[in-house]
Amino acid sequence: MSVISKLQETLVCLGAGRVTLPYPFKPVTVPQNFRGRPIWDGSKCIGCAGCANNCPAREILIYDPCQEVRILKYLGRRCTYCGRCADVCPEKAITMSAEFENGTNAVTDISQKLDIFMSTCQRCGRCFKGNVLMDSLKMKGYRFDDLQHDRWVFRSQAYLDQPVVDDIKIELEG
Amino acid sequence: MLKNLCQKMFGRSLWVYHANSGGCNGCDIEVLNVLTPFYDVERFGIKLVGSPRHADVMLCQGPAMRSTAKALKRAYDAMPAPKLVFAIGSCACGGGIWFDSYAVIGPVEKVLPVNYYIPGCPPRPEAIVYAVAVALGVVDKKTVPVEFKQLEYPVPQYHPSELKGEGDLVIYEKTEHI
Repeated sequence: MSVISKLQETLVCLGAGRVTLPYPFKPVTVPQNFRGRPIWDGSKCIGCAGCANNCPAREILIYDPCQEVRILKYLGRRCTYCGRCADVCPEKAITMSAEFENGTNAVTDISQKLDIFMSTCQRCGRCFKGNVLMDSLKMKGYRFDDLQHDRWVFRSQAYLDQPVVDDIKIELEG
Repeated sequence: MLKNLCQKMFGRSLWVYHANSGGCNGCDIEVLNVLTPFYDVERFGIKLVGSPRHADVMLCQGPAMRSTAKALKRAYDAMPAPKLVFAIGSCACGGGIWFDSYAVIGPVEKVLPVNYYIPGCPPRPEAIVYAVAVALGVVDKKTVPVEFKQLEYPVPQYHPSELKGEGDLVIYEKTEHI
């Protein structure tokens, strides 16, 4: 009796086949509606900074060197691929791609930087005037993004000359 | 250079130690998923060990927290000398969603030197396998930094030559060309 059951077990095991995927050598398909790395299309972006204001991880930095030009930087280190930036984009310039193989040895490899012109007035052809201090207080976040150190700071543009506050240092030894 | 060193040092097999310093367990589940027969990483000689003293590779999940940073550093120091650190998930790579809270110091690289980064919240098991394969030199990495610069003004501008006089009015015809 037990021999027959063992034989049955063997047959079941032979019929089961192999489940291991030949993964790194053959590509796999992702399910539909999978959200991978967001990809910015610079030719569609109008520089409204809606993605930067809605990013829960605050990984999209905005910096205005002058009135016409806006620098948008996506760092992607702590991006959770939630897709809010793609939802809020009025021009559909952000697509959540199916890329998930983002493992690198340098964390800057997943960054994207856009250098775009701002949209202009239809009548005079010039860009709109930047916010003054009182206007920027009303904006969500009320912050100025620091591109040199890849971080954002709660500070208005009126106090740009002061150095960025150092990170909190804690004692690791002892 | 790092790749060559990895191939020389870790040619045979990698024993991984799996450290969570305050994550949400999502990445832990994905790491355990990688060790199942479905994504069988023991093909590459990767084995999970329970002590950092036996390990070559440390898989870090979760940000460096104020309460666990010291323990993480001690676990890293206990590993024998040619060692790699993988930061798995967006918490370990960049600090996570709560990067600005009091309890979170930031990414793991503020405490340990990190060799490989796997972003994602959580990363797919395939992404982890891919990063391990990149570290072993089996496949090449796919991501490069992207930089886009607009050189031409994209919006139609005001041209005085388009102005036309019609009686008393001056009419401006909007043009599409730049």
